[in-house]
Amino acid sequence: MSNLATHTSYDPPLVDGNPSFHDITEWVSVHNERKAKPYWWAGFSIAAMLTIMLVTCFLYLFWNGIGVWGNNNPVGWAWDIVNFVFWVGIGHAGTLISAVLFLFRQEWRTAINRSAEAMTIFAVICALIFPAFHIGRQWMAYYLFPIPGQMGMWPNFRSPLLWDVFAVGTYFTTSLIFWYTGLIPDIATLRDRAKLGSLRQKVMAFLSLGWSGSMKNWLHYEKAYTIFAALSTPLVLSVHSVVSFDFAVSQLPGWHTTIFPPYFVAGAIFSGFAMVATLLVPLRKLYNLENIITIRHIEKMNIIILVTGSMVGFAYMMEFFVAWYSGVQYEIYAFVNRAFGQYWWAYWTMFTCNVVTPQLFWFKKLRTSMTATFVLSIFVNIGMWFERFVITVTSLHRDFLPSSWDYYSPTIIDILTFIGSFGLFFFLFFIFMRHLPVIAVAEVKMILPQADPHFYEDHAGDGHHTHESAPTVKPSHS
Amino acid sequence: MAQVFSKASNRLPLIALVGGLGFLLFTIWFISYYFSPKYTDVGYAPKQPVPYSHQFHAGELGMDCRYCHSNVENGAIANLPATQTCMNCHNQVKPESVKLLPVRESWASGKPIEWVKVHMLPEYAHFNHSVHVNAGSKGGLAVGCETCHGRVDEMEVVSQVQPLSMSWCLECHATPEKYLRPAELITKMGYDQSRPADQEAKNLEVIKKKGIAPPTNCSACHY
Repeated sequence: MSNLATHTSYDPPLVDGNPSFHDITEWVSVHNERKAKPYWWAGFSIAAMLTIMLVTCFLYLFWNGIGVWGNNNPVGWAWDIVNFVFWVGIGHAGTLISAVLFLFRQEWRTAINRSAEAMTIFAVICALIFPAFHIGRQWMAYYLFPIPGQMGMWPNFRSPLLWDVFAVGTYFTTSLIFWYTGLIPDIATLRDRAKLGSLRQKVMAFLSLGWSGSMKNWLHYEKAYTIFAALSTPLVLSVHSVVSFDFAVSQLPGWHTTIFPPYFVAGAIFSGFAMVATLLVPLRKLYNLENIITIRHIEKMNIIILVTGSMVGFAYMMEFFVAWYSGVQYEIYAFVNRAFGQYWWAYWTMFTCNVVTPQLFWFKKLRTSMTATFVLSIFVNIGMWFERFVITVTSLHRDFLPSSWDYYSPTIIDILTFIGSFGLFFFLFFIFMRHLPVIAVAEVKMILPQADPHFYEDHAGDGHHTHESAPTVKPSHS
Repeated sequence: MAQVFSKASNRLPLIALVGGLGFLLFTIWFISYYFSPKYTDVGYAPKQPVPYSHQFHAGELGMDCRYCHSNVENGAIANLPATQTCMNCHNQVKPESVKLLPVRESWASGKPIEWVKVHMLPEYAHFNHSVHVNAGSKGGLAVGCETCHGRVDEMEVVSQVQPLSMSWCLECHATPEKYLRPAELITKMGYDQSRPADQEAKNLEVIKKKGIAPPTNCSACHY
């Protein structure tokens, strides 16, 4: 990876504190090896309780039926679909970081890719449970898959809802395997550091698939990693495009627009990076990883939030322009109703959080401030949830038939289920941060100055180095 | 460092992969056969209150199906005969047979014989016999009794030979030319085994001319 580096000696180092290879291992692994701190137990317990609440809500729904949610004609899609799109969208940042930024040799990704990928997987899990229960008769969920059966009945391949099953299913499996592949060398490190004969050593040995760190292992690993990156890259664009087809392929004013796929993808990356920031700003502090996840990393993510947030803002305005330009009164009404109808409060919450908030990152002071990043990332999360709410509910509640127009409100079960999904997300994330390395240790080592094959030429082979050394120009392919 | 696992465990990923895939395929095959009517329903041959032999009546004696199941061309249900139908002959033929005692009892008391239904469809699926056996607008083509019920003329005890599953219905609705026969031969047994070679081509011609398109939409049967 480092032999195709774009990070030159002119740039500030990616890792602060001038660590050795071993320091990186120590910094990251220590959190998996020592006893959990009280804050971990506190967070984990709260998340576990919320997860139990989520399970209870779903059991209650399973027993009583979908009526326990606020969904009713004409608003058949409500919080369940909103939450699904919200969670799937969040996942996209992880894939962008792990695949696209990898192919573009953005070495700063190594500090954040592991936890971002974990976030992706957990977010997709949270997403998938909503449509699984939305279908109503959950014991018939196998109808979603093309399984040979005595009825000779197959899913409707012309339905975007089926494409969605495949898109999100592929996304989940690919992300999981990609994440696991990247974890193997690091799990092997944990295995080698574990006490001989301990259960921990056995589990880690099992999970590291016999990784020995040989040249052959690394060769296979790098090839596999590149292939997975190439496979995942189209998914960054395709998955949320297909999710947007759930809406765009229908005939409903406000949904039936060609701008949806790019607009959804931009929104997904926007919300995903915000969630990465929400997770990593506290995590770097709690785990003392300030040297690896530096303010420069956070700033780069904030710039991506600014760019994608501006795309989303542009899309909001284009929707209004196209509605007006179409000259179709129903199309115009759908959008005027969004901004000034009964759900005006949702629209302007969305607009403020998604359009105004990211623009604050034009100020260097704000985008290099941890506090500002954390606070603004929460606003973006809120805004992106409201975006899905606005799209889903405002288009539906003004049906084709004015006599069926209605105002949708969630029930308490809707609200508790949504809160519970955050519980599940953090439950999984707490387990992850406790038992697996939250930083891709092997990859961070590759971007240390010492990993450069020419490092010791520049530094007279003494093994010690300073960043103030004379700038050298590396050949583009060494 | 000593290895945590023995050398044999090197084969574990391969075994898990192949085994997992094999298990998945096995499960799909197992469920698609053993959970389907091909396994659960075919061969159902309940004991009837009277040991009536189709093999003898329809086979050896060559009685037409419609002598007893008289309503098949006019209604949704191919009715079971009333006791009177049996007694048309059996007040003369074997009037003292012990086997026929329940029939005579039914005749005397007026209480119907409780035949056990063999070919059952779920209540949410409608099948209309008259539509299938009548030529009507179908250009002289119809579905023979035998196509769904099998060689009843060879059955001592009637049993179900076809799965009557939805995919089985749809198979004929999608490619009717393979199963239709001239309407005058609907009750002929053994026709399917000795179909004229050109029957399918002839059927296709009629199907095309008459625009015969058996419905495959949900509400064709589920209404």
